[in-house]
Amino acid sequence: MDGEELTEQETALYDRQIRVWGADAQRRLSKSHILVSGLKGTVIEFCKNIVLAGVGSVTLIDDRVVTEELLAANFLIPHDENMYAGKSLAVLCCDSLKDFNPMVRVSVQKGDLSSFGVDFFEKFNVVVVSSCSLSTKKLVNEKCRKASKRIAFYTVDCRDSCGEIFVDLQKYLYSKKEVDEMVECLLEYSSFEEAIAIPWRSLPRRVSKLYLAMRVIERFEELESRNPGDTSIADLPDVQKLRKELCEAHSLSESMIPDALLERLLASTTEFPPVCAIIGGILGQEVIKAISGKGDPLKNFFFFDSMDGKGIIEDISIVKAEG
Amino acid sequence: MVSEQQLSAIKGSKVLMVGAGGIGCELLKTLALSGFQDIHVIDMDTIEVSNLNRQFLFRQSHVGQSKAKVARDAVLKFRPNISITPYHANVKDPDFNVDFFKQFNVVLNGLDNLDARRHVNRLCLAAGVPLVESGTTGFLGQVTVHVKGRTECYECQPKPAPKTYPVCTITSTPSKFVHCIVWAKDLLFAKLFGDKNQENDLNVHSKDGSSSSKQAEDVFERHKEENLEQYGNRIYDHVFGYNTELALSNEETWRNRNKPRPIYVKDVFSSDLASQNGNLDKSSNGDPPSLSAMASLGLKNPQDLWSLKENSKVFLEALKLFFSKREKEIGNLSFDKDDQLAVEFVTAAANIRASSFGIPLHSLFEAKGIAGNIVHAVATTNAIIAGLIVIEAIKVLQHDIKNYRMTYCLEHPSRKMLLMPVEPFEPNKSCYVCSETPLDLDINTHRSKLRDIVDKIVKAKLGMNLPLIMHRSALLYEVGDDLEEDEVANYAANLEKVLSELPTPVTGGTILTVEDLQQELKCSINIKHREEFDEEKEPDGMILSGWIQPLAAEKNGKTTVDNEVSTSSASEAVPLLTEDDDDLRIIPTITGKKRKLSDVANERKNKRKAEEPNSKNDVVLLDDEKF
Ligand SMILES: [Zn+2]
Repeated sequence: MDGEELTEQETALYDRQIRVWGADAQRRLSKSHILVSGLKGTVIEFCKNIVLAGVGSVTLIDDRVVTEELLAANFLIPHDENMYAGKSLAVLCCDSLKDFNPMVRVSVQKGDLSSFGVDFFEKFNVVVVSSCSLSTKKLVNEKCRKASKRIAFYTVDCRDSCGEIFVDLQKYLYSKKEVDEMVECLLEYSSFEEAIAIPWRSLPRRVSKLYLAMRVIERFEELESRNPGDTSIADLPDVQKLRKELCEAHSLSESMIPDALLERLLASTTEFPPVCAIIGGILGQEVIKAISGKGDPLKNFFFFDSMDGKGIIEDISIVKAEG
Repeated sequence: MVSEQQLSAIKGSKVLMVGAGGIGCELLKTLALSGFQDIHVIDMDTIEVSNLNRQFLFRQSHVGQSKAKVARDAVLKFRPNISITPYHANVKDPDFNVDFFKQFNVVLNGLDNLDARRHVNRLCLAAGVPLVESGTTGFLGQVTVHVKGRTECYECQPKPAPKTYPVCTITSTPSKFVHCIVWAKDLLFAKLFGDKNQENDLNVHSKDGSSSSKQAEDVFERHKEENLEQYGNRIYDHVFGYNTELALSNEETWRNRNKPRPIYVKDVFSSDLASQNGNLDKSSNGDPPSLSAMASLGLKNPQDLWSLKENSKVFLEALKLFFSKREKEIGNLSFDKDDQLAVEFVTAAANIRASSFGIPLHSLFEAKGIAGNIVHAVATTNAIIAGLIVIEAIKVLQHDIKNYRMTYCLEHPSRKMLLMPVEPFEPNKSCYVCSETPLDLDINTHRSKLRDIVDKIVKAKLGMNLPLIMHRSALLYEVGDDLEEDEVANYAANLEKVLSELPTPVTGGTILTVEDLQQELKCSINIKHREEFDEEKEPDGMILSGWIQPLAAEKNGKTTVDNEVSTSSASEAVPLLTEDDDDLRIIPTITGKKRKLSDVANERKNKRKAEEPNSKNDVVLLDDEKF
């Protein structure tokens, strides 16, 4: 209820979505600031969704120079080498995103994501990272947790026709309608580091195989100092060896991480646009929920695999002792 | 990444997209990124401001232009080497015939209304082209695959009828705000500003059933000597005061209901009669579309609740503005949710009536949503659904039949799933659209005319555009451009004839053949004579049946159960969500039954391997009243 009313222009533009989440939520959206790093197809989809939704500002980080491969699932950059030669992904995407909604400030932040301090992240309500190493994910997540106010942290990655979202809302209090009364709900999230440290034996019994496979590959890239996503089918034997080690350490059957799945995840270097749209859509919805306080946010992993078509939520968090 | 096989199937395909709106924009983008090279897009709409929050291929500067064409240009910017063919046209145009559909490998629907969906379903069946159908409302969505002979067609499950209300609820005993909106929009607004020759139930029927319309006809005419203010006050007093008094005189009605309170201008403005006038001069330079009673009264926020007095001011001011600034349109106006003044008038009138009947008032924003039947729509759901459509389309191109899925996009997880795939259902053997099963029609053949069958059954129920009706080899009715004059006269005469008096009499036991040449749809109707019909429950005076619901039948342990498709029954189907601006309608009956997803899946699980969600889930896939 706080803050100024929506302008006439905002009411007209956002009419259909205000009918979904209400004017209050729309006001909160328009005051939120989002940081996004790693501009591949899924994140581009996400950016489109939140710019259309009418957040306050979006800040883009990605100094990579545009290549054909990076454009595979990118609809923001004109397909003309003369237009993009030498420019960074962030700069080119920024120009295009601004166009989607003149009421949202879109800007570029240069530099390496891991080099920024807590004070930098404190300027944002939401931080979304993609295409980055395991250590950077952990580091940025920790910095967000150290900030003086709550910053919602998300990681998102797509490989082949699969996608994964991780969510850390720390302590998240919201009210939801149950039958006829509003009930206060408190969700306690684990950090990325805490979540992935949970012994595999204590995970939910039929946990998504995708969760385990992603952890193996993530670890492999870390050990080999690869760039995120820089793998090929040639890596399969080494990855299978790592799988064996990890499964033995966790006393879990290797069959929980099938070869066929590892092959798919390793072989792909380009994204599958329909999956980018789906994962980018789910992520957009989650960020809108977290900002607006409307709706149950997902806790704390989401997986989609177009092979079986299921979009699954897994709760992989440490259970804190009472008191 | 897609496999080589998938890529060659994609590259060699020619696809038709119907609809370039919320889902369409997302779909065209995802198809282009996925490597589709030859895409045709049909959409008759032009771009509006309220599209821009989700139809991301469009900008403010495109407002008023063709969606199909602007979408094409926008996508070619990032994929300049593919072919996109736009059609700014209605998919029901005869140009889009079976031959047109036959050139495509798959048809992808991103439509906003039931009518067009049924039409495309028939053409796809006739042309033998697979159809991927989709719909969204708010955070809910679904994608289904329809392949002739393999899976159910779009019409295998009867679709719920549009929301309708009994006439007497609207005219005399409203109990919900939506009843007041329907009254304000379809009766009062239509009476004052619309076609004078249209039938209109505005006036209250007195106890003996005789209408007061004889003398009331003059009430709505403006007298020569009357100025606009006097006229407005008189209308106000008549519809909110006199009509309510009249309704009150029927004591039987109010035995178990709260009595309404008649409202007169003098009651509302008792202390400050002078202030009832808005400042007409301030708004006098407004063009018709921006003409606003709210603006001239200094009311700014459309989300505010107005008092009875404010509503009354808006009502009188809007009426005055219509008659003074838009008099040329009077007699031809129909309600349009994008007409600001019309929305203001309807909001105010509905609120005054609500006030009279003790119903909570609503803001203009809310009233507009109800009156315009405006859908809830967000970009994210459309993007997700478009992604799912492309995944299914690629399977269809590879004839990967065993992997076809229908997918629900849920707001709350069911068995941990937000995206829930379900195996497609088999064709319904009694579907009159994709099988040849005849329908049964109970009708009084001595009283009903051929016109009744054409209007209420063939067009309204069977959704045919250009129908032809035969009795054995005799043609009873036909439409088309190439008819001879005497044929036209002959068919026109037949329309007005009672069934049993037609040149080839239609009686109990007759089998009629009904055909639509454009849709290449043909079905038989068994006529059964019946003398009496219940006026309340069967207001059409006929009942169409035979469109059996196999699932309900299974559940009841019977082999067949007729599902009456009379106007009065809302079908218990799995409705497809719609980005839909269809109108609310009044018919003399109540309808509407919510359908829970869990029920749907549970009913079906025995026969098919549907994944039933847990029982806590109560996603209602049928959108009810839209707020
Ligand atoms: Zn069918």
